[in-house]
Amino acid sequence: MSQTPQTPLEIQDRFGPHLNYAVGARLATEVEPERLVATHCCFCGQQCGVHLKVRHNQVIGFEPREDFPFNRGMLCPKGVKRYLQGAHPDRIQTALQRDPDAPGGFRPLPYSEAIRRVASEFDRIQSTFGPDAIGVLSGASLTTEKTYLMGKFARVCLKTRHIDYNGRLCMVSAAAANKMAFGIDRAANPWSDIPGAEVVWVSGANVAECAPITTNYIWQARENGGKVVVVDPRLTPLARTADLYLPIKPGRDLLLFHGVLHLMIQHDWLDHDFIRQHTVGFEALAEHVRPWTPARTAEATGLPEKKIRQAAELWGTARSSFLLHARGIEHSTHGVQNCLGAINMVLASGRIGRPHCGYATITGQANGQGGREHGQKADQLPGGRDLANPEHRAHVAKVWGVAPESLPPPGVDCYEMMRRVETGQIKGLLSICFNPKVSLPDSTFVARMLDKLEFFAAIDFFVSETAQHADVILPGSLHEEDEGTVTQVEGRVIKINQALDPPGEARQDWRIIQDLAQALGRPHGMTFHSPREIFDELRQASAGGVADYSGITYEKIEAQNGVFWPCPAEDHPGTPRLFEEGSWNPVAKGAGPFYFPDGKARFQAALYTPPAEEVDRDYPLMLTSGRVISHFLSGTQTRRIGPLVDQYPEPRLELHPRLAEKLGIEDGEWVSVESRRGLATLRAQVVTTIRPDTVFVPYHWGDRRSINRVTHAAQDPISKIPEYKVCAVRVRRASTEEREAAEADTRSSMQIGATRAAGETALGSGRLGQGVRPS
Amino acid sequence: MSVPERFGFYLDPNRCIGCRSCVQACSECDTHKGHAMIHLDFVDRAHSIQTVPMVCMHCDSPTCAEVCPADAIKRTEDGVVQSARKPRCIACSNCVLACPFGVPKMNSSFDLMMKCDMCYDRSQAGKKPMCAAVCPSGALFFGTREEVASLRPRSRILDRFEFGAQTITTKVKLMVPRDSTELQVDVTGALEAVPEEDPFEEIALEGFL
Ligand code: SF4
Repeated sequence: MSQTPQTPLEIQDRFGPHLNYAVGARLATEVEPERLVATHCCFCGQQCGVHLKVRHNQVIGFEPREDFPFNRGMLCPKGVKRYLQGAHPDRIQTALQRDPDAPGGFRPLPYSEAIRRVASEFDRIQSTFGPDAIGVLSGASLTTEKTYLMGKFARVCLKTRHIDYNGRLCMVSAAAANKMAFGIDRAANPWSDIPGAEVVWVSGANVAECAPITTNYIWQARENGGKVVVVDPRLTPLARTADLYLPIKPGRDLLLFHGVLHLMIQHDWLDHDFIRQHTVGFEALAEHVRPWTPARTAEATGLPEKKIRQAAELWGTARSSFLLHARGIEHSTHGVQNCLGAINMVLASGRIGRPHCGYATITGQANGQGGREHGQKADQLPGGRDLANPEHRAHVAKVWGVAPESLPPPGVDCYEMMRRVETGQIKGLLSICFNPKVSLPDSTFVARMLDKLEFFAAIDFFVSETAQHADVILPGSLHEEDEGTVTQVEGRVIKINQALDPPGEARQDWRIIQDLAQALGRPHGMTFHSPREIFDELRQASAGGVADYSGITYEKIEAQNGVFWPCPAEDHPGTPRLFEEGSWNPVAKGAGPFYFPDGKARFQAALYTPPAEEVDRDYPLMLTSGRVISHFLSGTQTRRIGPLVDQYPEPRLELHPRLAEKLGIEDGEWVSVESRRGLATLRAQVVTTIRPDTVFVPYHWGDRRSINRVTHAAQDPISKIPEYKVCAVRVRRASTEEREAAEADTRSSMQIGATRAAGETALGSGRLGQGVRPS
Repeated sequence: MSVPERFGFYLDPNRCIGCRSCVQACSECDTHKGHAMIHLDFVDRAHSIQTVPMVCMHCDSPTCAEVCPADAIKRTEDGVVQSARKPRCIACSNCVLACPFGVPKMNSSFDLMMKCDMCYDRSQAGKKPMCAAVCPSGALFFGTREEVASLRPRSRILDRFEFGAQTITTKVKLMVPRDSTELQVDVTGALEAVPEEDPFEEIALEGFL
């Protein structure tokens, strides 16, 4: 039984989160680094280049890296302070085994013993219940090599159909829509096409906080005379300076896209030549959007009709444009349809596949792009291939040296995997780079499922909220302790370089996976000696697929500062911009620029369905969730970095003063936000920058302030993304009990970690109150 | 050594997104590690998301130096107003009170006034100051006149500030829209400016409330 062993406070005391600050060599001014390692940030999909200053197997600081063309030295606060995740007092440096009598509920275990224990439990469960009884949860912050290995490990070694990854919460709606409309899932353009665009349209993307570096590209477009349109229920930093801001009602984005297309048709703001030559399905779509008159669109989206007309005219009459969207429209039960609506607007304008004419989803996670291409997704094989497609299976099986029939069939999404724990189909779990207890919706259900497992092994570098439920924790590696490739937001494959060796008994994740395969007695195909070897096999496995990496080498990435896939041959420079006139791809084979046999893009009559949960008398408000700039995803890393916590110490519930007045709530007051699933208690922030019918809460926290206790697990039927961006809630002043509980959680999340030298073990040393918090 | 003449520091608060990268990077600068000298504040968070970064403007005749009784603050040939020299600074806080931009900070644990010196060790070497190197919005920009001219065609430079009766000219340039008519920034006047329009004015609370 996997159950959190002790009280949250005891675990927190032992394993954090503790706040880490610069001390010692990191604070001294006269200390020179031994070397500068040119690498990238570990956090978001932009993958900013950065130099890490390394001394005595410790990163002691950073230096801007201006040679990397995407960010040219720029960084957000996470990129600046990310180095403080290393040499951290919470870092686990040995394997851990659940032991209710040990402090914090875990005791150290020799690494080899831990591997044996995990292998024997997995073997026992699989021989009793069959191969599918083990599930694998992976993540999109891993290097592409590791994601490839995770997929191979599940299919070849464990032979389970149950593998999925946390990109399920992130990029899948856009990915599915892109495949349906373009036949390929990748940003269509490099960001260098943004500054020259006459109109930049941003829907459901808090660019300033979630993709900060993109800001400069958008401001540059404005500086060059372009107009910026922002669609968001909150007045974000970008919206403040936008030329047109549309404060849309959460969950209604598709209707705005329909309404704009309706006006484009009415005013004949269409590229008829492009539509004729390069697309199919326009007639049916035109019929489909006919009912979406400006009046009806205004009514349904909660926007003034005037603004809808202004937006349509700006978009319709532009000569060049770039449309960007992100989770705001994708985290929806009709997330795929929302993305298709946006794509329809782009295709009808004909502004794609040319300089300054572009479209992209802003991928969230570090390797959100690469991590969704090479086989850790439930239904997918390397190279963007399909696990259900016999030809695709045959190709990959050959590279792997196994029979195609031996590959399991497609599995299910990660949330469905949790439901299969409930039904008993999944009894054992291996997780890496995923913190579902914080990041999945309706998370009390998730915690119950983790407890229900017969055996749970987590690979982690900190004891995350999810790892707290594990029977065995294997000490994995930080980003800076390994090398490999990552594919960033634009589809550019870049190289992560190793700066440090993993401390203590910690290992590079790919070694841990291979050690497990070995201990299971199934080492076939799991004997790589380096990430480079894994990458070379991945190149073969992806060859001829849509996501073709076969022409990419580590050397070429280094020499070109990144290579855009597809790159089908070693003398091929890569493909920064997709869909150019006359371009060749392996599906159309010259018939046209899009990835279908006829080379044409597909208009899709995207179908609107209301959010799964509408407001009513009992739950009269819409809740939308998202991120803040100084934290990342479930906060496992950023909630341990002192300066980032100081910047945004605790989650706040944003609400409009008109709503606050109605509810009798004051700024800074503790409130409880409640849905049919659960309740979270946090402090109110009363601001005029949000719709009065909507409240916002960031999701990076895991305790009683965690908003995913409240969110809804309804999912898109195609992409299976959960509807994080809208559900029905009520908000009231917190009771004394609720407030005291939340205050206790706040206090315990703010403890400063003891300082220690690199290499010193986290276990057995005094912990609290010895750090120095700089002024 | 001095900051090469071709480089300038340009400030465009309109671009600022409040990310605080500048603050976080400032505290990584080798000369004052652990202490951020730059200021980054919301103007009025309850009513706007607008933030404003404030570096030392490096005034042509710096008020801080003028009021310093110990002659601890020097303006070097290249126009950079240096942080107080430790042996001289008597921690009287005159400069903190007098600076019209509110830049110097008194560090009571060192008994020393500290302020932004344009990352002198870096800028002297032709490197960007930390804040301008990392700023993801371009609100803080360090570069040549030619770069600014080509990157900011819709902006122009302003370096005259009115604080009531005091007029100040600065080394750090403020970027304003090219079509604006102002010849100087009326700082005291701006404090009374009317707030932005309310885009949520027409949005009603849901009927169920
Ligand atoms: S989190 Fe993203 S924007 Fe921030 S520094 Fe890292 S890669 Fe760049």
